[in-house]
Amino acid sequence: MISLRRVSTTFASGAKEPIVAVDDVSLEIPDGSIQGIIGFSGAGKSTLLRNINLLERPTAGQVWVGDTELTGLNAEGLRRARHQIGMIFQGFNLVNNLTVLQNVELSLKFAGVKDKTQRRRRAAEALEIVDITDKTKNYPAQLSGGQKQRVAIARALATKPQVLLCDEPTSALDPFTTATVLQYLADINTEFGITVVIVTHEMEVIKALADNVAVMEQGRVVEKFAAAELCREGFAPTTSIGRYLVSDGISVRRAGAEASQGGFDPTAEGVQHYDRHVDPVRRDSAAPRENKIFAAVEGGLR
Amino acid sequence: MSFDIILDRLPEINQAMLETFAMIGVAIPLAVLLGTPLGIWLWSHAPGGLKPTPKSHAVVSALVNMVRSFPFLILLIAIIPFTRLIVGTSVGTAAVIVPLTINAIPYFARLVEQNITQLGTGAVEASRAMGATRGQIIRNVLLVDAKPAIIGSITITTVSFISYSAMSGLVGGGGIGDLAIRYGYYRYETETMIVACVLMVILVTVVQYSGTRAARWTDKRVSA
Repeated sequence: MISLRRVSTTFASGAKEPIVAVDDVSLEIPDGSIQGIIGFSGAGKSTLLRNINLLERPTAGQVWVGDTELTGLNAEGLRRARHQIGMIFQGFNLVNNLTVLQNVELSLKFAGVKDKTQRRRRAAEALEIVDITDKTKNYPAQLSGGQKQRVAIARALATKPQVLLCDEPTSALDPFTTATVLQYLADINTEFGITVVIVTHEMEVIKALADNVAVMEQGRVVEKFAAAELCREGFAPTTSIGRYLVSDGISVRRAGAEASQGGFDPTAEGVQHYDRHVDPVRRDSAAPRENKIFAAVEGGLR
Repeated sequence: MSFDIILDRLPEINQAMLETFAMIGVAIPLAVLLGTPLGIWLWSHAPGGLKPTPKSHAVVSALVNMVRSFPFLILLIAIIPFTRLIVGTSVGTAAVIVPLTINAIPYFARLVEQNITQLGTGAVEASRAMGATRGQIIRNVLLVDAKPAIIGSITITTVSFISYSAMSGLVGGGGIGDLAIRYGYYRYETETMIVACVLMVILVTVVQYSGTRAARWTDKRVSA
């Protein structure tokens, strides 16, 4: 369980009024769930995410991950806790002058894995999860955006964390690549039970992935609901984002119970393996509505 | 143009080249060795850095600016007592190496500070999220990504200080630039001056060419 308790984050801004980026937010994220945090630019969602691993230390409130109060740790304790909290970013944030394998090794190095052979093996394993096995000696500049993000995911997963924080992970990617990256995130969640917290301004990402949704406006969480609610007749969110999520159609569930039976063949083309997950949902829903992203992707490819 | 003069001056030219190599060969490695940590310190202790300490940063930054604002000729003389303390003499090539190094350290440190600043914060942020210590971030991320830029800075510093070393004549430091001034300018031996200048051009060209190649070779930001 990740628990944010009355968290506020204020930035001093010279002589002007301090900026309240996060304003008294409380949020509980159950273990193994995917929490979507959505909001317009400047709503404070990235700051809230960075509050979870204290990249941005909250000015008030407590942050708990599992049984540990991160806000109560010293620098050394916090570093150790961070080895259990992976994070990926919009800009991938890889080290340009290191190879793919070396980049993934980095998180293990920082986590104190001293043996180089062991580091290499575990890094290679993590890269296998995201199906990057033939580019381990390449440099980030030689990869596509989607591949870079997959390397970043592998880097975050190499230390076997319990939590994966995703800061706008697909905002720099095209819709097709977005689908692929989301699929990996969904599978990682299903397969390893890692709690995923994903911040985004893209409605499609929320609908494709989230179990629970938190809508942020002006530093506050103004609405929380389970993603399943979006399919329920008569569900009436109060925020414009919530209403948009409903009006635009049903949630395409991520690789859940039905989908995992089908199995995920990562070697298949992106559209194929997404279809495998989407189809059961489409079949089951009374009035299936197309998911924009994948409709667009399929349309474009045919 | 008389080649006899040049032939007569060959021993002096040889000697001067050796002196230049000695000055640059000691001052630049020392500047890199000491200026790199200073540059990293300036970057990481600045407001918004890895470990902001605004007060001590302001003091060190002011010191760096102070040393850097001295014209080299003035610095050369101003620190003579210090030079004597370090190398036991205030004249000769060794005596020039001290002020050259003192001048080169903050010069190089500022370049390194810039090199790191221009990397952007992404990889550092990711490393912090991975629970890296400051030392780990500096060794495994900053120095790795800044390496091509730092090689570029070494090149710039070397070229600048080949030029600075010409002022060494003031304390009898010698070197190829000094030769150009003493024989070429003061004694009207235009031939010697031209040869010395050509040698300096060659030296700078070689340094710049190798520096550029090395920087490009270590830079993996563009796909090979």
